Amino acid sequence: MNLNYLFDPAHWNLEDGSIPLLILSHLWYVVLALIIGTIIALPIGLYIGHTGRGSFLAINAGNAGRSLPTLGLLMLMVTLLGLGLTPVLIALTVLVIPPILTSAYAGMRSLDPRVVDAARGMGMRPWQVLTKVELPMALPVLISGFRSAALQVVATATVAAAVGLNGLGRLLIDGLAVNDYSRVLAGAIVVAVLAVLLDLVLALAQRWIVSPGLR
Amino acid sequence: MSSYLSNNWDTILTALRQHIWLALVPVVLGFVIALPIGYLGVRFPRLYHPLVNVCGVLYSIPSLALFVFLPVLLGTKILSPLNIVVALTIYTVALLSRTVADGLRSVDPLVVESATAMGYRRLRRLVDVQLPVALPVILAGLRVATVANISLVSVGALIGVGGLGQLFTRGFQLFYLEPIIVGIVLSVALAGIADLTIVLIQRWITPWTRFQGRTA
Repeated sequence: MNLNYLFDPAHWNLEDGSIPLLILSHLWYVVLALIIGTIIALPIGLYIGHTGRGSFLAINAGNAGRSLPTLGLLMLMVTLLGLGLTPVLIALTVLVIPPILTSAYAGMRSLDPRVVDAARGMGMRPWQVLTKVELPMALPVLISGFRSAALQVVATATVAAAVGLNGLGRLLIDGLAVNDYSRVLAGAIVVAVLAVLLDLVLALAQRWIVSPGLR
Repeated sequence: MSSYLSNNWDTILTALRQHIWLALVPVVLGFVIALPIGYLGVRFPRLYHPLVNVCGVLYSIPSLALFVFLPVLLGTKILSPLNIVVALTIYTVALLSRTVADGLRSVDPLVVESATAMGYRRLRRLVDVQLPVALPVILAGLRVATVANISLVSVGALIGVGGLGQLFTRGFQLFYLEPIIVGIVLSVALAGIADLTIVLIQRWITPWTRFQGRTA
């Protein structure tokens, strides 16, 4: 086991199967899953948090989602829909929804109700209360849920390679298939570094987005 | 579906049994290892942030990579269940060390001071006062770790040892939906039962949490 594969310049050119291209396809799965998951989960979480209706769903979505085996879901979707981007996105989006939904709900619930009352008392419309008061104040909790979703999806997107798709899992699966542990090590390191970098970017984004008054 | 179930009953039961072992042994081992590590993170506050960061990085290693590597590191055979057990134990430790530290930090310092004033020594105070008060937080982490482990075991099927995950790979290779669906349903059910069990244990060993609403 060594780092030869990782540091071999031949694996860093832009040909098919090179490390940069695998990183790109990996990030593509991750970003798409995060966007679709957010579009689905955020409004639901905010709605449940805002109205308090359906709290049971929000609290239990987290554990229910975690218990779905991503590999099984992915293989089920590929068997049903055929090989392609859609089955991967479905499997990864299902992974992303619970933490975002739960944290959107938790963020809204963590608000001091007096602040919301004050906003209403000042004459804000429900939509203004949501976008100017509730959402900004719920952001720290919400973003921490988003960060844990991102970490999870970066590590899990490797299973896409198990059904013959791209992403950094290719290095793991192909390396294992030909007993090339140097390649497997390269895959593991790149995924871990990617996860840490992504978390760092999101942490910076958090500092930038969250109102200074809430820090 | 019913013919698949009746024809493959033994295979399914064997996979289920293996799945339970592979998921739960790491939970127990990980919990036992995480307790002292989490405690160190509280006893020496300077260790807390490094602990959180190391745990975060450990948890971001893809399970597939860990499953593949451990045979090389441990000298075990690639098909040895030990690889899965060690890998999942590492994840459990990564998850629970932080939870244990957070749980112990959440204990009201006044409670700890009162215990000290009543003459509790450090170890007795930890076992009799701090740990019980921290239990709700620790058990919440244990629920997450247990459910995560149960769904992670299946990834082991890609290296040949994965409990119910083997039903996924078989169904996938044969282009056959039944085993995949049975595997998913059993895996989710197992996670639900394990989760519920911990909730019931929690209600039983921390009866005071049920009355919090009335006293506060």
